[in-house]
Amino acid sequence: MTRTAATVEGAADPVRAALLRYVLRLGDTSLVLGQRLGEWIGHAPALEEDLGLANIALDLIGQARLLLTYAGEIEGRGRDEDALAFLRDGSDFFNLTLVEQPNGDFGRTIVRQLLVDAWQLEVYEALCASTDRRLAEIAAKAVKETRYHLRYSAGWTVRLGDGTEESHRRVQTALDELWPFTVELVTADEIDALLASRGIAPPLEELAPRWNARIDEVLREATLQRPADVPYAWFGKQGVHSEHLGYLLAEMQFLQRAYPGARW
Amino acid sequence: MYTQGLDSLGKDCLGDSAAESAALEARFQAKIDAEEKIEPKDWMPEAYRRTLIRQISQHAHSEVIGMLPEGNWITRAPTLRRKAVLIAKVQDEGGHGMYLYSAAETLGISRDQMMQQLLSGAAKYSSIFNYPTLTWADVGAIGWLVDGAAIMNQIPLCRCSYGPYARAMVRICREESFHQRQGFEIMLTLARGTPEQKRMAQDALDRWWWPALMMFGPPDAQSKHTAQSMRWKIKRFTNDELRQKFVDVTVPQAEYLGLKIPDPELRWDEETQHYRFGPIDWGEFERVLAGHGPCNRERLEARRRAWEEGAWVREAAIAHAGKRGQRGVQAA
Ligand SMILES: [Fe+2]
Ligand SMILES: [Fe+2]
Repeated sequence: MTRTAATVEGAADPVRAALLRYVLRLGDTSLVLGQRLGEWIGHAPALEEDLGLANIALDLIGQARLLLTYAGEIEGRGRDEDALAFLRDGSDFFNLTLVEQPNGDFGRTIVRQLLVDAWQLEVYEALCASTDRRLAEIAAKAVKETRYHLRYSAGWTVRLGDGTEESHRRVQTALDELWPFTVELVTADEIDALLASRGIAPPLEELAPRWNARIDEVLREATLQRPADVPYAWFGKQGVHSEHLGYLLAEMQFLQRAYPGARW
Repeated sequence: MYTQGLDSLGKDCLGDSAAESAALEARFQAKIDAEEKIEPKDWMPEAYRRTLIRQISQHAHSEVIGMLPEGNWITRAPTLRRKAVLIAKVQDEGGHGMYLYSAAETLGISRDQMMQQLLSGAAKYSSIFNYPTLTWADVGAIGWLVDGAAIMNQIPLCRCSYGPYARAMVRICREESFHQRQGFEIMLTLARGTPEQKRMAQDALDRWWWPALMMFGPPDAQSKHTAQSMRWKIKRFTNDELRQKFVDVTVPQAEYLGLKIPDPELRWDEETQHYRFGPIDWGEFERVLAGHGPCNRERLEARRRAWEEGAWVREAAIAHAGKRGQRGVQAA
């Protein structure tokens, strides 16, 4: 079930194959989260939040475009950002399972955002020093955006966690339910390990405590309980997803699938 | 955070005698005639204030309700570039709503009050947004025609006599013309695309053309507010003048796209140097305005749901701000 670097597209160069997979992980994570946030626009609790969520969605779609374009180049089979976004099926998506989880209420969306923002911030900060120049350039842009996203999601987590009884209960429930999806954020697999050994990607063992510390600090201020560790871990980054991704892709890919070959 | 108590603004002139208020009114009109701006602190007739509150809040509501039909396609946009452009566009419309609510607040009404008027169905918004977006081409048609019509309406508003409204419009018009070009570009891509895409584009034009012409409001002969609004320089052109301008500009664009405007009576009139167009179905306009368009109920429902489901979030924000404030006091 678990695909390893050596089996990636049967490539001769395992580092290059791992890099392709890693760039898809980052790009798909931004794309799927941006897609989810897009569902909110026009329906948020206040106009300010419509605009705030739209801003984050825009940044994420922008990151996805850069990353998927780069992935297409590494792959070298002529697929551009749109071919990769709209013409792959679920098991060829490598986003974190967390980002495909449904929006739920505003609190759930915010908790999901916090968990991902804190992770992306660590990853992008580290990637600024990647030996892969292109990845470092993309990270340098993304890190500035992600700092802003984290300010937004952490701010709202604190407001909701330390707001009313109802808001506290809602975000605590969301946190408990989303927590199982965080395991893969900080658990390295062979691709993470191989790229870390070449200085292309950060070692997740080093990143994990910093992510944990950042999350703990926000949870403390928000008066939220950190959930216990979980027995079952999801690995969307290896192409094994929850049931939700299929519906998200069906909606997102509809036009490209219904009108094959058309230009838009 | 979400309300501003400006309700008492401008009520301090109530005790004026008749002679005084006639003098004030004459000074007010002289200022307008001299093309000077009226600012929030200036004296103004109650009717001017009420007219502006009605117009600006309707305009704000239209921007906010207008997010829904296009937002309907954000998750299904056909390319990542189109998705990003559409998100940015819908976001701009939300921003327009915010500037306009702020402009209306300077006249002594709060955003919460305006929101309640919208949700209760008491306030009107542009009838165009009660039509459905059925295909991707509708996103193109809205940008091209609806934003195009909005620009025609709004460019003269940049010179509106009320300062805050005029200034908001300058900023808004710049973005609307962006939207119009992007919409036209979507239509052009479809019109030059596969036969199915071209059919999609024509179908969108067929459905949006007449509602777009209705956006300019009832014909001059039946427009109750036009004369006074022109005197106050809130309005600079009549509904029919603006509608004619829009038709004159848009017909050649449709020709360039190779699409057919759904009006058998449409023709160029050498004598007047304008396009003549067929009769508008004002019965439909009245029906949609009265709440019986295809999507009136859904649009308001969507706004009500967002408002009601967001209540706990807004309450939490206020509660948290309260706790913060208290802690600040204790710390000090
Ligand atoms: Fe607008
Ligand atoms: Fe617009």
